[in-house]
Amino acid sequence: MSAILTNALVIGVDGVLALCQDAVRAVDDSSLSDNQQADLRRAAWMAAAQAGDRLAYERVLGESVGVVRAVARRQGVPADLLDDVVQETLITIHRVRHTYDPARSYHAWLSAIATRRAIDSLRQSGRRGRRELHEPLAVEQHADERQANDAAEQAERAAALREAIATLPPGQREAVEQLGLHEHTLAEASALTGRSTGALKVNLHRALKALRNRLHGDH
Amino acid sequence: MADAPNHQSLIHALGADLAPVRRLRPPLWRTLGWTLLLAAMAALLVWHYGLTPMLTRWRGAPDLAWAGVGAVLTALVAGWVAFSLGVPGRPVSRAWLVLPPALLWIGASGVGCLRSWVAPDTVVATMAGARGCLEFILAFSLPLSAVLVVWLRRAYPLRPVLTAAMIGVASAAGSASLLEICHEFDAAATDLAVHALAVGLVIGVNALCGGRLLRPRRSIAAR
Repeated sequence: MSAILTNALVIGVDGVLALCQDAVRAVDDSSLSDNQQADLRRAAWMAAAQAGDRLAYERVLGESVGVVRAVARRQGVPADLLDDVVQETLITIHRVRHTYDPARSYHAWLSAIATRRAIDSLRQSGRRGRRELHEPLAVEQHADERQANDAAEQAERAAALREAIATLPPGQREAVEQLGLHEHTLAEASALTGRSTGALKVNLHRALKALRNRLHGDH
Repeated sequence: MADAPNHQSLIHALGADLAPVRRLRPPLWRTLGWTLLLAAMAALLVWHYGLTPMLTRWRGAPDLAWAGVGAVLTALVAGWVAFSLGVPGRPVSRAWLVLPPALLWIGASGVGCLRSWVAPDTVVATMAGARGCLEFILAFSLPLSAVLVVWLRRAYPLRPVLTAAMIGVASAAGSASLLEICHEFDAAATDLAVHALAVGLVIGVNALCGGRLLRPRRSIAAR
């Protein structure tokens, strides 16, 4: 037993390299299924990445994207969050890559991390959902509030306008009522009031100026 | 792969940041370290108290020896499970492996409770004496838990609370094992209750605090 432990201590880097070579050799073994071969290939790449091989690292991360998406989908992550889970998982892989043991399945290691990130994503989106209103509901409620505000404001402005019109001299008030409120033409207003179109225009002009001063304080 | 290009920029950025890392030692290796630590502490206690009192008690009450064996096995298995849980992909069901040695430990200790009734002449623990056991277990569990937490800081436990609870079980069982060397009493109901209280406290505090300590942090950089 102690001899085995001593040997295991001694192998160190050589032992790791041997493991990687074994993994690469195993890829050539046609008796393995495609999934097993892919797993061994990724395990060898990840082992190389742990030693600083950038090319192997980018390859293994690239091949991990599809696996992470599949895991996240199985966990029930909606399509619009899948890319977030993939990115979070890739970043996590980068941070904890030293925890991978090349003698074991890369797929199991990756799936465990992806599952955790998927669950975290679902929890976060659940918390956001509780904090925020559903969008259509929010828009609906917002519109109601705006409409209510607008209606109140309009009623207030209409009352102020009615008061201001009531204070105008009779000629000017008549011009505003006929031309502005009842939307008669100059000819119709002239016929109804018996005033000339020119007088109506002047009265309307003066009435508008007076109303503007009264309502907006323009001088 | 159609969706791979979407993540290519991140993959390139991570690749540019790549540095060689020191691989985390396998759980069995770290369990060996844990075993050596307990053995060293046991050796110190044996050097101070000697083996005779413990062996005398064991000869008189073999169930205490079984309880001691159960505690040692629980400490080692729980330590191994905690280290395993720190590696993504290791089965969480391994936590159940703690159950058999824990049952041996608890069961054999429970049998000892009957001693005061079936063998009235045996020296059993009073409440005051049992308080010493509580202090011993708590005092030893704290540094043992701290050591395990430190050893797991580079790991990535996906279930931090369960991992911390396992650390609690390992350190409490380890303390109870060490207590066997200098225990002055045969097991009694009061003693067992105090042991259970101490172990429960250690596990609970670990699960509460250790879970936070072990929770995966975004700022951890692989070394």
